[in-house]
Amino acid sequence: MAAAIDVDAVTVHYGFVLALDQATLRLEKGRICGLVGMNGSGKSTLFKAIMGLVKPDAGIVTIAGQAPAEARRTGAVSYVPQSEDVDWQFPLSVQDVVMMGRYGHMGMSRRTRKADKLAVAEALERVELHDYANRQIGQLSGGQKKRTFVARGIAQEATTLLLDEPFAGVDKRSEATISNLLKELAREGATILVSTHDLQALPDLADEAVLLMRRVLLHGTPGDVLQPDNLALAFGLDVMNRSGATL
Amino acid sequence: MSILEILLEPLSYAFMQRAVAVTVIASVVCAVLSCWLVLIGWSLMGDAVSHAVLPGVALAYIVGAPFAIGAVLFGFLAVALIGAVRDTSRVKEDAAIGIVFSTLFALGLVLISVTPSQTDLTHIIFGNLLGLSHGDLIQVVLLGTITFAILIFKRKDFTLYAFDPTHAHAIGLNPRLLGALLLGLLALTSVVALQAVGVVLVVAMLIIPGATAYLLTDRFGRMLVLAPSIAAVCAVVGLYASYYLDAASGGMVVLAQGVAFALVYLFSPRHGLVVTRITAARRRKLAAV
Repeated sequence: MAAAIDVDAVTVHYGFVLALDQATLRLEKGRICGLVGMNGSGKSTLFKAIMGLVKPDAGIVTIAGQAPAEARRTGAVSYVPQSEDVDWQFPLSVQDVVMMGRYGHMGMSRRTRKADKLAVAEALERVELHDYANRQIGQLSGGQKKRTFVARGIAQEATTLLLDEPFAGVDKRSEATISNLLKELAREGATILVSTHDLQALPDLADEAVLLMRRVLLHGTPGDVLQPDNLALAFGLDVMNRSGATL
Repeated sequence: MSILEILLEPLSYAFMQRAVAVTVIASVVCAVLSCWLVLIGWSLMGDAVSHAVLPGVALAYIVGAPFAIGAVLFGFLAVALIGAVRDTSRVKEDAAIGIVFSTLFALGLVLISVTPSQTDLTHIIFGNLLGLSHGDLIQVVLLGTITFAILIFKRKDFTLYAFDPTHAHAIGLNPRLLGALLLGLLALTSVVALQAVGVVLVVAMLIIPGATAYLLTDRFGRMLVLAPSIAAVCAVVGLYASYYLDAASGGMVVLAQGVAFALVYLFSPRHGLVVTRITAARRRKLAAV
């Protein structure tokens, strides 16, 4: 069976800058994978490559055996953006945002049907935001904001969830709520890729972890990947010198 | 003179009827579009496109083609040139916008000045509400209706595009296409509105109503109702003021919108300056106690 997410030797340049260097990552259905690496290590670019937002200079991405464009058309992929990429002043309610997950299921004019309303209500229930359905999105706490976008993915019935720093600016309790929710979704068959700086919480959340530094340095269990030596490598001081000694 | 007479007298003239019809239609279409422009942050882009259509309109006039075609062509040309200058030089976007639209606008002025029958075309710059022909009215009604219908039919996609183009892409929509469609509609709307207030003031109608509605509500759906309502009222108030004060009609309409914005900016129950200041002062007082 095809992997849920298959990134095969993908290389991406932005002008002269090498953002991803033959990155390879296979993720099986129902797994949660933590994506670890410092700023500029290519995490966002990897997300963009999986979503087809950037065209790789080399390599192939497939999602459950489908080309990214096909996967997008079927609504398989959902993305939870970083907080700073969202205009929280935008005049939309929680419900409005979650409903956007349904647009792919609707006709040309995006008229809301009963099934859409039901899906949105269910999604809000699952992320425990049903009491906040009519609240403007800027009036939410950090954790509630994240859950709104996770709910959008649930309403979309996405099988692949990409989350960019979902725990940044989120208190511990909300982080636990989100973690449990993601684990639940994974048990139901969703494949989840999470970029995070919260390394302590990773072993509890993720089944596997990936250390990214333009290329995939390591891919294994969180326990193995998060060894101090390996982290020094990824966040490290002098990667060129150490890579020969450690790898 | 009774109030009814004051209201009815101007409408006894055919030119005033046409002026009211064109201004209300132009204001409403511009106001609907402005809701997205202010949220995407495209106000400057609206300014640029509305000015850059001038040479297109002039050329269309010279070769006898519909104004709309020339306007849309030059609208897109302006956006393409702005993108090219921004992406391929060290010049920043605001400067690129300024360079491109003022140059195209200048080209339009030059074209108008060398065109034999220049009386018709100078009206495009400042508008000529009171001299609108029956043909002008039909063109405004036609273009206005088409733009309005597309905007309303695709409103949810435009809002998604404005809010989260990445998600639009992720669910298989084409954000670039949506952006291009919005820009095309912007160019069409500019043609509709320049008949009413002229090229120079179109930008006001493309920004002020949306910005005013944004200060009044936290719901996009309500913005889409409030902005055109405010704009329609301002259009009528502005026209009547211009009739009785014998002042420039385009200027009066935009002035009315500016006054409406000022009132909302100060007194909006939700985001108005007065309310936010009072709540802040109360909070400080409470904190002090």
